[in-house]
Amino acid sequence: MPIYEIVFYAFSLVMLAGAVGVITVRNPVYAALCLVLTFFSASAIWMLLEAEFLAIILIVVYVGAVMVLFLFVVMMLDINVAPLKEGFIRYLPVGILVAALMAAELLVLIWSKGRFEAGAYPLPAPNPEEYSNTKAVGEWLFTNYLLAFEVAGVILLVAIIAAVALTLRHRAGGHRQNPSHQVRVERDERVRLVKMKPEPRQGS
Amino acid sequence: MLTLTHFLTLGAILFSLSVTGIFLNRKNVIILLMCIELMLLAVNMNFVAFSRFLGNLDGQVFVFFILTVAAAEAAIGLAILVVLFRNRQTINVTELDDLKG
Repeated sequence: MPIYEIVFYAFSLVMLAGAVGVITVRNPVYAALCLVLTFFSASAIWMLLEAEFLAIILIVVYVGAVMVLFLFVVMMLDINVAPLKEGFIRYLPVGILVAALMAAELLVLIWSKGRFEAGAYPLPAPNPEEYSNTKAVGEWLFTNYLLAFEVAGVILLVAIIAAVALTLRHRAGGHRQNPSHQVRVERDERVRLVKMKPEPRQGS
Repeated sequence: MLTLTHFLTLGAILFSLSVTGIFLNRKNVIILLMCIELMLLAVNMNFVAFSRFLGNLDGQVFVFFILTVAAAEAAIGLAILVVLFRNRQTINVTELDDLKG
């Protein structure tokens, strides 16, 4: 079935090209767009691995939300890119050296002794037509991993509160209400009773 | 024929590329955050591949949680970045030396 290999190699190439783009382009906006390309290709490869739910989540959550947030921030900040690229050439050799060493170590580990070849890990048969990956993942998530799922929800809540608390800014001239002050208000601050003589009605 | 080796190799190359990115862009906080996202993607690739070849769904559930935590991390990281830029008018890492570390 060569179509399987063709899809894998095509999307892998696009994905690695996107990753190279992320780390080399000058403009952070282009870097974010390259990252979108990388995530999209990775999602296609996950589709190939029959992890359909995660592939869709990667596009909806990552490309749709996180990368758009990145783009927002990049475009909102008025960044002078030139000084940020200083030292790119200077650190290029050491970066490539470290990466090549790390890749060599990992690949030796992966490739030696045919550890992960078809003999040890044969390709499983494709899932039957009525099999639903989303349903299967959901069943695992809501039975074996229920506590972890709840904790993940709490983490997201903490992230929301932290992000709002960090970026909330009170303007100097703004008219804001102070609820605690409003609750503690006394009668004297609102009403002033004035003693005065009764005055005769006009015209009588 | 595709084997587990192919997918693990892809993950390893992607991880090495993102490490290179951290070396090359050590002044730009935004690109550093993007490189961390790339690293997480490389790890997730391995998890999904193993999940498929072992016929075990635990790996996919783990990837789900990694995505959750990564989204929270990106949100807080970018919030810190916005506050940083508001206070210093720069995101250059070499100029952030207030703590004299």
